[in-house]
Amino acid sequence: MNALANLGHPGLTHLERLEAESIHIMREVVAETERPVMLYSMGKDSAVMLHLARKAFFPGGLPFPLLHVDTTWKFQEMYAFRDRVARETGVELIVYQNPEALNRGINPFDHGSLHTDLWKTEGLRQALDQYGFDAAFGGARRDEEKSRAKERIFSFRSANHRWDPKSQRPELWSLYNAHKAKGESIRVFPLSNWTELDIWQYIYAEAIEIVSLYLAAPRPTVERDGMILMVDDDRFRLQPGETPVDRWVRFRTLGCYPLTGAVESHADTLEQVIQEMIVSTSSERQGRLIDKDDGSASMERKKQEGYF
Amino acid sequence: MATSLCAQTGDAVFEQVEAYLDAAQRKSLLRVLTCGSVDDGKSTLLGRLLYDSKTILDDQLAALEGDSRKWGTQGDGLDFALLVDGLSAEREQGITIDVAYRFFATDKRKFIVADTPGHEQYTRNMVTGASTADLAIILVDARKGLMAQTRRHSTIAHLLGIRDVVLAINKMDLVDFAQDRFDTIIADYRVFADEIGIEDFTAIPLSALTGDNIAAPSRRTPWYHGRALLDHLERVQVGGEDPKVDEFHFPVQWVNRPDSGFRGYAGRIAGGTVRPGDAVRVLPSGQSSTVERIVTMDGDLARGLNGQSVTLTLADEIDCSRGEVIVAAKARLQSGRRLSATLVWMAEAGLVPGRSYWLKIGTAIVSATIANIGHVLDVDNGRAGEARPLALNDIGQVELSLDRPVAARPYGEDRELGAFILIDKLDRSTVAAGMIDSIIHDEVRRDRETIYWLSDPGDAEHARRRLQQAGRPSFVLDDTTLAEFADPDAAEFIRRARAVALLMSRAGINVVMALPAAPDERWPGQVYADESQDSDAWVI
Repeated sequence: MNALANLGHPGLTHLERLEAESIHIMREVVAETERPVMLYSMGKDSAVMLHLARKAFFPGGLPFPLLHVDTTWKFQEMYAFRDRVARETGVELIVYQNPEALNRGINPFDHGSLHTDLWKTEGLRQALDQYGFDAAFGGARRDEEKSRAKERIFSFRSANHRWDPKSQRPELWSLYNAHKAKGESIRVFPLSNWTELDIWQYIYAEAIEIVSLYLAAPRPTVERDGMILMVDDDRFRLQPGETPVDRWVRFRTLGCYPLTGAVESHADTLEQVIQEMIVSTSSERQGRLIDKDDGSASMERKKQEGYF
Repeated sequence: MATSLCAQTGDAVFEQVEAYLDAAQRKSLLRVLTCGSVDDGKSTLLGRLLYDSKTILDDQLAALEGDSRKWGTQGDGLDFALLVDGLSAEREQGITIDVAYRFFATDKRKFIVADTPGHEQYTRNMVTGASTADLAIILVDARKGLMAQTRRHSTIAHLLGIRDVVLAINKMDLVDFAQDRFDTIIADYRVFADEIGIEDFTAIPLSALTGDNIAAPSRRTPWYHGRALLDHLERVQVGGEDPKVDEFHFPVQWVNRPDSGFRGYAGRIAGGTVRPGDAVRVLPSGQSSTVERIVTMDGDLARGLNGQSVTLTLADEIDCSRGEVIVAAKARLQSGRRLSATLVWMAEAGLVPGRSYWLKIGTAIVSATIANIGHVLDVDNGRAGEARPLALNDIGQVELSLDRPVAARPYGEDRELGAFILIDKLDRSTVAAGMIDSIIHDEVRRDRETIYWLSDPGDAEHARRRLQQAGRPSFVLDDTTLAEFADPDAAEFIRRARAVALLMSRAGINVVMALPAAPDERWPGQVYADESQDSDAWVI
């Protein structure tokens, strides 16, 4: 039976089936591509993906490195977490920063969408080309956003890393075709069929360590354009009249700190976060400015250009 | 500062969450395919299901209100199709281009819905959605009745093994909820369903736009006594859970050798269960061994279940690699080099008979040529149409020859090892989905019977052509081709010819002997007397 319909089998729980499917996908990639890499963003989906990868190749170590395409604007705690994970697990970690963005001092305050374009989209392209990676695992899920819902698990990119949503390969059963035409590379999404709630449940069930920003704590914040932003370091530009105030907040999704909205919450344990999730009435990407900068087609456009 | 999250709080929240998670884990999952002709309202139906199951969150609803004003086709009302048509080209054209996977859950079940495009040029995307679905919702516009795409999608869904079909007769609001319209469409579909072999289906009159018979029975169809759609989806027992594969099957994905002390076979169990100590064999090599350990990061397992991804170690050092299948020693699974199969052709460039493609089945990738073109299916009535090479969106039966054997079973018995894809060797795209109808076992015969002795040497060209048409490599041995082996002694010449024929047949070539001689005990073969007699028997 195919991977997806396989989820209907008695015997395994829902999470066990999702886990088995993701592991199957990762092993297919390692068996059929030359130089895979796993994109690592320190977020909860990355944490789950890394955990699954360690399971997939146990008792061996990971047969690929982790790649963090850095913007220099992540939360300080994320950097500390990243370095500690790499140290403790012994996984090879590559950190890439686009030298042009670094030189030009690209930042989210002055450069708007150029910040994402240069640091993330262009940075990812450069890193993949420089290291010659032909397949990159990403932690995106189909329940996140409308264009993601249409993307294949094995998603092909042209030589200049563009996604053509109109000519995606058919993807049948769990028979993934990892054969690439010359110059093509693959993005692989092993968590495609997981929902946000599945991720939280799995983190809980497997006791996976995550960045504590996901749990509520009093944090210095300002409220701007309807979003609560955390003042994570002294590079944050306060507008006239703004003073950081300690609020009890947590994050549902983590990115560059000046672009990531917090939610007010007192859920300081994982159980409480899940409890809030169950009754939640807004989607997780609501806290992401990136999806909104030019209307609802924004994510699709970014993906076509090579954003993960 | 990171935090470890296994902290046990032991308070009410903890118990609540545990209870919730436990319930969530027990929910069954139903994978649903929505399909039908363009404009029958598939995306609207899906948007409505998400809305009625309260899956749409506040910010998404606010976005939908904005999008409905900008792109919508429903005046001031909400255009639910915009919830799922995620690509900008789809919004501009008001159609669905690619499969959208949507997730929702009710108190009783979890659902993954594949919303597939209606336009014929996107049939391959529809097949993508169908390959992983348990149940198909076939939408029909109550005003228009059955369309070509309704038939095509029903045929494909049936072919791909989906046995639960809901005929959703949509837009009932536009025909004043008229029962006779509903009945007429059911009667039409019944005729078609009988033709293509759909034994049973459930018809529901509904309106995705107005919500009638979606989440609750509609007051406007008092003549309908069946369940509303969501209720039906929550209760339907899906039979397609592959109960036929109860023997242990384990396609090897990857050999895990972190150091010289460990050699494990990583894969996902594709049938049955396994325990340490079980006797197994490896296909197609046929080697035997015993399962030693079932290794996972959570510790060794006492029993591996169907669907689980594990790593096996075997008691013996045998040569087993990716593409091979470890099976229970007594499993019926066999391997073969010739397959009779149904293909759905998915590439712009049509099938080229004689060209070789990569064939992926399980974790094996082999070279395959299409040896024999059967009929192209007429999707309007499920009957056999003309015999010709398949073009884009064609469905047809073919025979494939593989360069080496693979473990395989008919699709009707085993979706894991009964399905394959064909990959173009040049542009590397997936060109066809294949479902095995049968495995042709001719290896045993091949050694003995691939030498054909002609009673009339004048039949040589005819015999060669027939073999060629059957996709069997062939060669004629006669005075001309054997010139180098000529000998004044006629008996010695025949002996040399027989030796050459035997060698060639062992190399897999069908040899046509156009010489005045006949097979005997020492020199095997088959007499080819007259093309009209028993002609099918000798060309398989």
